[in-house]
Amino acid sequence: MSTAAFVVIAIITLAGALAAASLSKLIHAALCLVIAFVGIAAFFFLLGAEFVGLVQVFVYVGAVAVLIVFTILLTRPSDEKVGGFNWSGVVIAIAIFAGLIWAILGTPTLSIAAPHIEPLTVKRIGEALMTDYVWPLQCVGLLLTAALIGGLILVMEEKP
Amino acid sequence: MTPTLQLCLIVSAALFSIGLLAALSRRHAIFILIGIEMMLAAANLNFIAFWRFAPQPHPPTGVMVAIFSIAIAAAEAAVGLALVIAVYRHYRTTNVDKLDQLKG
Repeated sequence: MSTAAFVVIAIITLAGALAAASLSKLIHAALCLVIAFVGIAAFFFLLGAEFVGLVQVFVYVGAVAVLIVFTILLTRPSDEKVGGFNWSGVVIAIAIFAGLIWAILGTPTLSIAAPHIEPLTVKRIGEALMTDYVWPLQCVGLLLTAALIGGLILVMEEKP
Repeated sequence: MTPTLQLCLIVSAALFSIGLLAALSRRHAIFILIGIEMMLAAANLNFIAFWRFAPQPHPPTGVMVAIFSIAIAAAEAAVGLALVIAVYRHYRTTNVDKLDQLKG
């Protein structure tokens, strides 16, 4: 894990996220969000969680981003620049960020280097999913089914 | 020199704050959902970072929590965007400031 790669990925991710939060055109913001999500997946790869990085790419870049783009196209508002920009949100976000940075920098036990780990194989993840995490897995399956049926019912045309 | 846990947490905190900024200061419903997705991704980054920097060997709890969190975020995005479409059909707007009545 090299510092140069970490810094480059961090800059790309944060720039994408900042652009997604501040651009006025929705479709540009959605595409910048894709950049931020790819950057987060690169972080996962860098930290040794390759499976989670792949899941991040599949779910966020493949599904959620496409869903957001479709919603933008379906709800194209007549007024493209909707509403103003609430500056009190900026103040609150900066205050929260300052508090988090203060807490992180004030904790000396956090400045540790990464220990050596044996690579986390998909086999180990699958075994854990089928043994220790089998009930959470079933619950997530149920939740996804319920959420997708609920989403379908929400957007169905109302019959008069 | 390799990155420390502190660096990971600082990046994650910055990402969370940007998501909070998007969720609090934009008036468009889709921007608010984008901000929420960013905050969830920052939390996932924290889970993975704490798993990676924990003393070894140990079970992959952080990875499991991150996978479940991604699945739940996908469900949340699906329902949230369906709500945006349903609200747009009814009010012809996605500005959350204009959605100020419970009765249609």
